[in-house]
Amino acid sequence: MSWIVIVVLAAGTYALRFAGPVLRSRITVSPAVGRYLTLAAIALLAALIGTAALLDGTSFVGVARPAGVVVGAVLAWRKLPFVVVVVAAALTAALLRLAGIQ
Amino acid sequence: MLRTSDPIVRDVGALCAAAVVVGLSFGAIATAAGLPLSQIVVMSAFVYAGGAQFLAVGLVSAGGTALAIILAGLLLNARHLPFGLAIGNETLGDARWRRVVGSHILTDESVAFALAQEDPVRRRRAYWMTGVALFLTWNVASTLGAIIGSTLGDPDRYGIDAAFPAALLALTLPSLKDAAAVRVAVAGAAVALATTPFLPAGLPVLLALLGLVFALPVPRSSGRTDAAKETS
Repeated sequence: MSWIVIVVLAAGTYALRFAGPVLRSRITVSPAVGRYLTLAAIALLAALIGTAALLDGTSFVGVARPAGVVVGAVLAWRKLPFVVVVVAAALTAALLRLAGIQ
Repeated sequence: MLRTSDPIVRDVGALCAAAVVVGLSFGAIATAAGLPLSQIVVMSAFVYAGGAQFLAVGLVSAGGTALAIILAGLLLNARHLPFGLAIGNETLGDARWRRVVGSHILTDESVAFALAQEDPVRRRRAYWMTGVALFLTWNVASTLGAIIGSTLGDPDRYGIDAAFPAALLALTLPSLKDAAAVRVAVAGAAVALATTPFLPAGLPVLLALLGLVFALPVPRSSGRTDAAKETS
C-alpha cells in the first residue's frame, strides 16, 4: 500500500472525527436539537448493530452470529451485567459453530 | 480497590479482550496482504478505525486503486462526524488537548459507552476510559498480530463477531427510553439492512439517519381528519 493512501486516510478520518465536536461548539444547541443529535447517534448505532449482527458483506451471515446477538440482547434486556452479555453472545456463536452450525 | 470494583472498568475490559482477538487478526491479515510492519503500526495508530483498516487491506489484496481505497475508507468513517456532533465537547472536555486527543479516540464503542451513562461526569469518564483503553489495546494487538501472526486464528471461531454487535446493543438499550427513540432505532436499522446489498459500505449506515423523521412530532389526529375533510 502506498504511504500516501495511509496519510490521506488518517488525515481524512481525523478531520471527520474532529469536525463533529467543533461544529457543535459553534452552534447554539437547544435542548430539542440536542435531542435530535442524540437520536441521530442512536440511529447510527442501531444500523451498525443490525448490519453487523445479520450481514457479512452484503449477504446473510448465517445462524450462529445472529443467535449469539439475540442471546446477548435478551440478557441485556433482563439487565444482566455487560460482561455477561458480551461473553454469552460470543459463547453462543462459538458453540453453535463448534456444533457445525454456521 | 475502588477502581477494580468500578463497573465501567470491568465492562471496558470485556470489550478490550474482544478487541485483542480482532487486532491480532488485523495484524496477521495485513502482513499476509504484503503490508510492512511500519505501515500496519502507523495505520493502527493514526487511521485507528478497524472497519476502514480491514477494508483498505482487503482492497489492496483485490488490486484496488489508491483513490478507491481512500474514498471507501472515508465513506465508512463518515459516521464519526454525526457521532461527534452527538457527544460534543461536553463529553470530550473543554481543554484544547482534550478536544484534539479526544476526537481521535472516537469510535462506535466509546460513543456507545458515553451515551449509556446518565450524567455528564460519568459520560466523560466512560468515553475517555473506553477510548484510551481501546486505542492502546488495538495498537498493541495489531502490532503483535503483524509480528507473531494471529496465533488465536479466526476471531469468528470465538464468536467475537457476535460479541461486538451484542455489546453495542447492550450499550444502546438504555437510550431507548421512549417510543420516538425506539422508532428511530428500528427505522435506522431497517434502512441500513435494506440498502446494504445495493450501496458501498458505510453509506447504508449513514442513510439510517433518515430514521430521524420518525422522531418528528406526530400531528394530532383530529387536526389531520379536519384537514382531510376540508380538502375533500
